[in-house]
Amino acid sequence: MPLLLCLLVFAGFYSKSAQLANEPGVMLWIQFSGAILGVMGSLLLPMLIVFIGYSVNSIEHKADTWKSLFSLPIAKLSIYSAKFLYALFLVFLCLALFVVFTVSFGTLLGEIKPELKFHDYSIAGTLTQLYFKLFLSSLGILAIQFLLSLLFRDFLKPMGIGFVATITGVILAANNWQYAYLFPYSHPMLALRSLPNHKQQTPANGMPTITVDLFTKEILVSLIVAVVIFTAGYFIVLKKSVK
Amino acid sequence: MVINTENLTFDFGKQTVVKSLSLKVPEGSIYGFLGPNGAGKTTTIKLLLNLLQIQEGNIHIFGQELHSNRLSILSQIGSLIEQPAIYLHLTGKENLLNRALLLQVSAKRVDEMLELVHLTNAANKKAGQYSLGMKQRLGIALALLADPKLLLLDEPTNGLDPNGIIEVRELLIKLVNEHKKTVFISSHLLAEVERMATHVGIINYGELLFQGSIKDLEGMSKPSVQIETDNTADTANFLTRNNITVSDVNDHHIYVPYTSKQQMGEINALLNRSGYPVYSINKQHKDLEKLFLDITQKA
Repeated sequence: MPLLLCLLVFAGFYSKSAQLANEPGVMLWIQFSGAILGVMGSLLLPMLIVFIGYSVNSIEHKADTWKSLFSLPIAKLSIYSAKFLYALFLVFLCLALFVVFTVSFGTLLGEIKPELKFHDYSIAGTLTQLYFKLFLSSLGILAIQFLLSLLFRDFLKPMGIGFVATITGVILAANNWQYAYLFPYSHPMLALRSLPNHKQQTPANGMPTITVDLFTKEILVSLIVAVVIFTAGYFIVLKKSVK
Repeated sequence: MVINTENLTFDFGKQTVVKSLSLKVPEGSIYGFLGPNGAGKTTTIKLLLNLLQIQEGNIHIFGQELHSNRLSILSQIGSLIEQPAIYLHLTGKENLLNRALLLQVSAKRVDEMLELVHLTNAANKKAGQYSLGMKQRLGIALALLADPKLLLLDEPTNGLDPNGIIEVRELLIKLVNEHKKTVFISSHLLAEVERMATHVGIINYGELLFQGSIKDLEGMSKPSVQIETDNTADTANFLTRNNITVSDVNDHHIYVPYTSKQQMGEINALLNRSGYPVYSINKQHKDLEKLFLDITQKA
């Protein structure tokens, strides 16, 4: 999926290269990665998490293996946290791929169309930080979706709840609602939103630097939500009967 | 006692599924846990595996309380509950390897298990393409993988063909006799359990109606004399006139309560003397199947 999205943006840039040729390298990178980030942060990331949370648990629901998993001499905490860590790893992997593909496609564009000045600026470091922030901001959603998928057998419930919450999150964040940072599904968008304020500091050497403020309050809320839900989920698993 | 439960009770909402169950499963036994569908067998097994939280009563396995010693007890149990839990997108062998990884069992053991349940040829086939019987055998292999001391099997022969049933039966008998395992096996078919079980528990509507060795169960059924004759109604009347109680008559046979061998000989001689042809006369235990029905329907 990261590949597909980057390819699309790559194709878009390739076809519009004539108009973009005059832009400086930094702006090119910002537009290029921004196009990917925009789609990613608002809608795709939460839906991706819904799906990852679902798929990690549905494999046991489908094969009806919860009962045999829990009748093995393995602590319930190990099963629960291993599942969660795996989901976490999947999200991380996906975001890391986004970084890799964004950077490599940007560079590739610069090679193919030398008039695009992608070479002028290296965005890899900033982008990594940015995606890491996105990753942190998604932890709250992941914990919630993970627990929902664990409890509900079907796809529709976690999917429906996740979808509605995502839309709500986008609306809240888009409307700049004061307390949007308390709502986990708004976090990815908020995480990206805080960015433009820092973008245009132009230092003396004429090369703008983009600083990413990692620990904003929505990130903190996201982390807190993740920890709380994860802990609560463990106690639910502990008490839950396996049917 | 390997399994010892006291006063075990479990409700699903308002419905009591298991009522003050007191199971006693001795070591080295094959314990047949019998009951019609929906009698509470699976619920009991899930309670024994700590999959369902105990609401009332207590469970001791290997002399240890289940809830507080969950891991050490579970490490000595292999289980198969209802339909075997198998990842259908993996091959049979991958299913076993996956479990072996979780249980830290060597991969060599996986091949042994495949061999044991005759799945070596199908080892690299997707489990989704397995027949019901093959899935069941794979489930048994999964249960045996960690070489557990106690096997909890919930209807393990469901869906197996007669050959498969015999194989499973022989395997279980071998495990108990040669490897000193204990097997707790649930079934709704007495005929299936009767040939291997040493002990039997019969449950219906969550209540334990009978528990004891298979001999005790057989002892409950009083033997009778079965007489095959030409005109059963007349013969039965004749016997009654001669002060012999007839317990049952049908178109082909007459049944008389058995008291002794001498009695059987006397009846035979009496009938022959009086011109009633006796095609066959023999002692018969009451069918366990019938007994099982009697026990479960009484409640």
